[in-house]
Amino acid sequence: MIKLQLPISESAIRELKMGDEVAISGLMVTARDAAHKYIHENWPDWLDPIMENSMIYHCGPVVKKHEDGSWSFVAAGPTTSIREEPYEAAVMERYKVRAVIGKGGMGETTLAGLSKSGGVYLHAIGGLAASLAKSVIKVHDVYMLEELGVPEAFWHIEVKDFPAVVTMDSHGGSLHKSIKAKSDEVAKKLIFG
Amino acid sequence: MFQYDEKALKDQLLELIRLASTDLPKDVVESIQAAQQNEDEGSAARNVFGMILKNIELARTESTPICQDTGTNIYLVYIPEGVSMRKLTALIHEATSEAVERSYLRPNAVDSITGKNSGNNIGEGQPFIHFEEWDNDYIEFKLMLKGGGCENVSTQYKLPDVGLGAGRDMDGVYKVIVDAVNAAEGLGCAPGILGIGIGGDRTTSHLTAKTQLFRKMTDTNPNSDLSEMELKLLADLNKLGVGPMGFGGNTTILGVKMGAMHRLPASFFVSISYMCWAYRRHSMILKSSGEVNYD
Repeated sequence: MIKLQLPISESAIRELKMGDEVAISGLMVTARDAAHKYIHENWPDWLDPIMENSMIYHCGPVVKKHEDGSWSFVAAGPTTSIREEPYEAAVMERYKVRAVIGKGGMGETTLAGLSKSGGVYLHAIGGLAASLAKSVIKVHDVYMLEELGVPEAFWHIEVKDFPAVVTMDSHGGSLHKSIKAKSDEVAKKLIFG
Repeated sequence: MFQYDEKALKDQLLELIRLASTDLPKDVVESIQAAQQNEDEGSAARNVFGMILKNIELARTESTPICQDTGTNIYLVYIPEGVSMRKLTALIHEATSEAVERSYLRPNAVDSITGKNSGNNIGEGQPFIHFEEWDNDYIEFKLMLKGGGCENVSTQYKLPDVGLGAGRDMDGVYKVIVDAVNAAEGLGCAPGILGIGIGGDRTTSHLTAKTQLFRKMTDTNPNSDLSEMELKLLADLNKLGVGPMGFGGNTTILGVKMGAMHRLPASFFVSISYMCWAYRRHSMILKSSGEVNYD
């Protein structure tokens, strides 16, 4: 298990290899479909200090608002990442984002982007919402809650020992590609004999 | 005439929602436990199952959602003659809204035109409620929470499919299902459970696929052709090697449940409803005495 502390440098991220198990601590931000669309249309500067050398978590949490106005995460597993394929490489490069955390992996554009700008794709376990919410120790802030709603807002969170696996690295390695190549072969045999 | 206490029923429905979101059914948990034993010692797949089982336990003991995507809430409601569907719908809505306040459900209803989240998980077509009248003197509510990730990899084919060499017969049905599961990779939170609808029109085919998912993991299809096909598909699909979350492994699919409808001579649809491992479904029976039983 490799411990990663945020913020993290490009060189530290480039040391990671496909298959590495990591535990992440520090500040990161959630962003999913509507958030990526918003970024792509506006490229706002206010996200720079939040995203630089940090990570984006593809997550739409179940949250709880406390009487003092503070928030906590009740359930917070990853959502499917491939929907952000049209945006992610450009977002990571513009904001110097060092990793995205999600599930299911991403495509060729993102894989190429990881090599170019220095990033990795981290796979969290889908449906592990109760456990992963425990790794979110504090909700620092929430942005655009009114406009985007709870699942789609930018939640600025602090995590401790958040578990994930590197499934796409900055050297062109993708576990998703290699598993798919194998399953394609089996499927071909089953279908065409 | 069947009568019930509205306030009590709202609370009983809230409990049904809580159970569905936080307590994975026993037959599903046992299936996941068996799958874990079937993965190699020290493998990523076995490790993933370990984390999944721990999460299931944590969600149950802390009464928090197993998955943050509390999905489309799909209700099948069976009512005796004379029970008002409008009143039951209103009570389901009331319980849904309260479940959001209590963090059992995520506000999951987004206006497709404006992009605005309704905030209480209620909107056009959400939750989805299907009523049927029956001869029994009690009401049964079946509830399934089906997340977006697995719904997105669900799909529909029409036979023949030239590219797959799939004709208008059970062999063709087999081929398109293999294709669909291979295309899904780990994206629908594998290992999945497949609800299959054969025949019907585009709508009823999908509905048949989804209602198959209300069956128990361990049951046997009463139709022997379908029963045989379910077992064959289960064995073959697990050769794909997708594994839990697409990390590779011996378990790609936990179960296959098939149903068939008559079709038009011109149409032959095969619908595949992919359900993630967080296969959340519970049911509740309300007797005329006011007593309820959950399953």
